[in-house]
Formats: sequence, structure tokens, C-alpha cells
Amino acid sequence: MDANTPAAGAAGSAAAAPAAAHRILLEVSDLHAYYGESHVLHGMTFTVPEGEVVTLLGRNGAGKTTTMRAIMGMLKSRKGSIRFDGVETVDLPSNKVARLGIALCPEERGIFAGLNVQENLLLPPVVKPGGLSDAEVYELFPRLLERRYSQGTKLSGGEQQMLAIARILRTGAKLLLLDEPTEGLAPVIVQQIGELVRTLKHKGFTIVLVEQNFHFAATVADRHYVVEHGRVIDMFRNDDIEANRDKLASYLGV
Amino acid sequence: MFELIGVPPAVLFGQLLLGLINGAFYAILSLGLAVIFGLLNVINFAHGAQYMMGAFAAWMLLTFAGIPYWAALVVAPVLVGATGIVVERLLLSRIYHLDHLYGLLLTFGLALILEGVFRSQFGSGGQPYPNPLPGGQNLGFMFLPNYRAWVVVLSLAVCLATWFMIERTKLGSYLRAATERPDLVQAFGVNVPRMITLTYGFGVGLAALAGVLAAPIYQVSPLMGSNLIIVVFAVVVIGGMGSILGSIVTGFGLGLIEGLTKVFYPEASNTVVFVIMAIVLLIKPAGLFGTAK
Repeated sequence: MDANTPAAGAAGSAAAAPAAAHRILLEVSDLHAYYGESHVLHGMTFTVPEGEVVTLLGRNGAGKTTTMRAIMGMLKSRKGSIRFDGVETVDLPSNKVARLGIALCPEERGIFAGLNVQENLLLPPVVKPGGLSDAEVYELFPRLLERRYSQGTKLSGGEQQMLAIARILRTGAKLLLLDEPTEGLAPVIVQQIGELVRTLKHKGFTIVLVEQNFHFAATVADRHYVVEHGRVIDMFRNDDIEANRDKLASYLGV
Repeated sequence: MFELIGVPPAVLFGQLLLGLINGAFYAILSLGLAVIFGLLNVINFAHGAQYMMGAFAAWMLLTFAGIPYWAALVVAPVLVGATGIVVERLLLSRIYHLDHLYGLLLTFGLALILEGVFRSQFGSGGQPYPNPLPGGQNLGFMFLPNYRAWVVVLSLAVCLATWFMIERTKLGSYLRAATERPDLVQAFGVNVPRMITLTYGFGVGLAALAGVLAAPIYQVSPLMGSNLIIVVFAVVVIGGMGSILGSIVTGFGLGLIEGLTKVFYPEASNTVVFVIMAIVLLIKPAGLFGTAK
């Protein structure tokens, strides 16, 4: 595909064009999505360079989770373009999207009560070579090995979150969509998840992170897209975040 | 001991065996209903008609093609299961987004049509089907017909194999997960719509298998399913909608209880299942093995 495309034009005018360091893995342009009658995404446009951690920041109801579900193909009615690794996916059902190498860790974690921890972990089929082996996953999450025969939903909130992330690491997916992985968790667990995200980046995963916790996002991400009313209104490189702190605070209402 | 309760052992065990046979049919049929309801959220009222189609398929294979019972045991469920797949693709798949009630009405209508077609073709009188395993064993305390022993053994084996497949295998973990969150399982890369189609075909195939097993015992008649299905629905409710283990245990258990009732208080034998259903619903509305959703 078109390597070294600059990830410009994605954000609003305030954003400086980022350096063309990596090829673009995910390119969302003019994405519209609907829940029944209600029009939720109004032309989302952003790009995710390979190997980066990118966050979608924004208030409740801005359309961040909807964007994740739309990328994953879980919304029936969507228009526009979602190109992953050069392939147009906007008309594909979610199982086909997953097979291309995108995996979602949903906001509500989606741990199955009818499955034990190990079954939950092994549930997502391997779609591509190159994922973590079961041994590597258990090395990253020793707690899941200890509790592998427990019912999935009997784990603590933090453990469930770890399980929800762990199970998409073995599938060979290159792009991970993590929807608010820190929501409702104790600070020490949030820190662990931060370390985990950095480790995963180091291992070569590309990550899109939905966050409301801007302070957490700043510790892990390379760039931030600000989402409001179903579109991206601004973009910051993480390096420029200090300089734009006031602006960001006003966007997020913090 | 038998003198004490005033019942000769041959009568007691004879009725227990009959109960076990009925229980075997209850178990296979309610298992199919449970599998279908679990994944499709459809209460398959055509289940009795599909059981009847299984019996008719076996009878037609024998009468028109000379295909014997043992082959029909495999061929008939596959054929009837295939009709189930067509029904799911053409009809059921269009109404999943609607209320439960529509699936129930659709399959109920389908059952009436199927029974009507078979009645107009073959009349409502039964067709006999020869017993493939004549003879029996004298166990000392009772006479055990070979074919009935076979029905009980095969039913148990099929039920346990289905339970194992759903509760202990990878494929089963997809099924259980898709029962909870089909959208998420599909987003992991599993072709859930195809899995739903095959699951319906499998459930219908189970009903047809019960029909083939029933053919040599009962008459093969268009209404054989509707006579049985009401009790089977009571079994499903008692066991808990969608519970695999519940449908197996409750199926065999209620068959035995029915048999015992025939010995000790025959007047109640037709109603005992419904009395139990009422009591279970009062105490545990989700059923013995069910979990409230």
C-alpha cells in the first residue's frame, strides 16, 4: 500500500502535520454511523500509523465507542471509508474484519460468564500468524494461569480487564482497539495497564485507545485525537501536549 | 418388599422401562429445543413436526427406497436437518430482531402446515414400521425387549455426546459464548450467522433422530409429534429454558416419574408432569437448572 503517506489532513486545522515516520495502518475517512434513526458519527476522519499508540479522547457520548464498533464492523449502518492495511472494510461483516487482523477489547470487557478463564482466553480464533503464544500470554498475565479454571466473571474487575486484553493478543491481530481499559479500576491497576500498553507497543502492536482519563492517555500514547459530536476536531502529538494543555482541558471539560 | 407395596416386580419394572423410553424421547427432544433456544432465542414450536418428519423419513426411505433402519438412523436426521437449514435461512433469519413471540408463531404455523401436508398425503392413521431388533432378554425380574434397550442406550449416548460437545469442546465454547454475546463472538472472527444456521439444523436433526427411534415403537403418523411436544415443552420449562444438562436430566427424570405414577396412581399419569411444572415454576421460575436472564 501507499507507504509513508503523511497522516495529515486527518485532524482539524490546529494540528500540525505529523512526521511521516511510519506507513498508515488504519485510515478512517468521512465515517458516518447510525444507531437506528440516530446519526452518531458525522464524518470521523483520522489515521493510525503502524506501531503507534493513538487515543481517541472526548467526553461521554462523543462517539468514541461507536467509532470502535464501526471500525470493527459491529454496526450495520455505516458509510464512508475505513481502510485497514490497504483493504477497504466499511462493507465487511465483523468476522471478516477480524480476520484481517483487527481485534477489539470492548468497553464492558465482554467476559463470558458461561466460560472459564482459560476458555475465555482461548476463545478468539487465531486469524494470522505472529500472535503471542499461550506461554507468552501467561507470562504476561501469571494471574490468569493461576485462575484458569475459575468462571470468567468471578475474576476481579482488574483481572477481567487483563483477561479481555490478553485474549486478543494471541490471535495475530496487528491492530488492537482498547475501549476504556482503565474505566472503574484502582490506580495501581491503571498503572499496570499503562505498563502493559507500553509493552505491547514495544512488541509491535498498533493500538487505538479510547480514554476519558487524559492523564493516563498522556503516559502511553503517541498522539491524541479529540472527538466531539461524532467527528475529530483536533489532534495533538503527545510531545506537544504540555503546550496545549489549556486547549485540551477546554475540549474535555476538565 | 414388592409384596409390601402391593405391586408385582414385573409391573413395576415394566412401567419404569416404559417411563425410561418416554424419558429418552423427552430428553432428546428437549435437548434440541434447548440448543436452538440458547443460540437462536427461538422457541421452536415446529419441533414436534420435525420429529414426525424424522419418523416419516425413515418410513419413506424403507418403503420407497428399501433403505433399512440402520442407514435411516443417519440419513433421515441429515435430510430433515437440511430442511431445517432451509427454514432457518429462508424464514427464521429474518425475524431474529423481533420479539420471541414471532419466532414462536412462525414455527407454530410451520408445524401446522407440515402436519397438514403429511395428513393429506398419508392420512391420519399410522403406518407400521418393522422392529429392527426383535426379541428380548429375560432379566429374571422382567422381560427387556432388545429394541427398547437400544433406544435407551442410544438416547443416553446421544445426549451425553451433545452435552460433551457443548460444555467441553472448543466448538462448544463458541456456542456458549455466542449465546451470551453473538456480536462479540462474531467480532473475534467467528462466522456466527453460519453457526446459527448449523445449530438450528443440528437441533432439528436431533428431533428427527428421536422420530426414527420412535418409528418402530409407535405408529408413524402425522400427529405423533403434536401429542408429544406439549409434554416436552413442560420438560423444557421444568429443566430451565436453554439448559443443556437440565433438559437431559429432566427428560429422563420426568419419564421415570410418569412411569412410577402409572404404577401407583394411574389416574394422575397424564397430568403429573404438568403438576410438577406448576410447582417448579412457583418455587424456581427459571427452572431447576436455569439461570434467570
